[in-house]
Amino acid sequence: MSPRIGVITFPGTLDDVDAARAVRYADGEAVSLWHADADLKGVDAVIVPGGFSYGDYLRCGAIARFAPVMASVVEAAAKGMPVLGICNGFQILCEAGLLPGALVRNEKLHFVCRDQWLRVENNATAWSTRYDQGAEVLIPLKSGEGGYMASQETLDRLEGDGRVVFRYVGGNPNGSRNDIAGITSENGRVVGLMPHPEHAIDALTGPSDDGLGVFFSALDALKPLATTA
Amino acid sequence: MARVVVDVMPKPEILDPQGQAVAGALPRLGFQGVTEVRQGKHFELEVDDSVDDETLAKIAEGFLANPVIEDWTVRRLEA
Repeated sequence: MSPRIGVITFPGTLDDVDAARAVRYADGEAVSLWHADADLKGVDAVIVPGGFSYGDYLRCGAIARFAPVMASVVEAAAKGMPVLGICNGFQILCEAGLLPGALVRNEKLHFVCRDQWLRVENNATAWSTRYDQGAEVLIPLKSGEGGYMASQETLDRLEGDGRVVFRYVGGNPNGSRNDIAGITSENGRVVGLMPHPEHAIDALTGPSDDGLGVFFSALDALKPLATTA
Repeated sequence: MARVVVDVMPKPEILDPQGQAVAGALPRLGFQGVTEVRQGKHFELEVDDSVDDETLAKIAEGFLANPVIEDWTVRRLEA
């Protein structure tokens, strides 16, 4: 049986369909999860996809973090369940306290929509084992509030512990501190990133299929569970 | 009933590109002498007497502001 990966839909989510498609491309079973329902339907991992949950009112992710489903995600993450936050999902995971820091308005104020080169800085997380350490991948970035901010102390800790998973190369698109595009939790199970790997799974519809590795990595991390269950 | 004002501002060390854009526009509009603009949020809450200062602080700290990037103040307006 394939591992089951839940994809949450909030009001205003846009990329749940692509995220579910990416899971299926990697031979996982995609399970739709609804923001108002605390039931995770027994999934093995969760993706919090991109979009504009609750219209980005107050702050990006600030209202979504209080959705019933997020309480279940926080609880499951504490037990080691892999969680991936993409773009607005990354913002939500930061607001929910699953990842440190916050995402703010892009330095130049413009919404950035482009294919972005990233360097894989940590290939030991639940979502990055399929990449070579130091590999450069081309993944779409589309966000207006993608500037990663954290205190110097937090940045030092993230860098010191190797918790930066993806870093922008070829220019910083949004003013993120230390060119950070994605980070992970202390245990390497929760990952958040601003670029969209689910939009880069097929050369027909994206700039590359470089994003597929994220989903294959999670499936690799989960397969031992699925076969023993 | 009372009116409570919560002001939320980006921390001084956090870049405020929106405030900078406003500051940059002022000379173009003919206004000289404004050396800095910081942009934040202003909330007005109507609360009944059961809501104490501790609760208001929780609302500000835990929801209206993100303490990672923002400072907040709460004040009750005179009725």
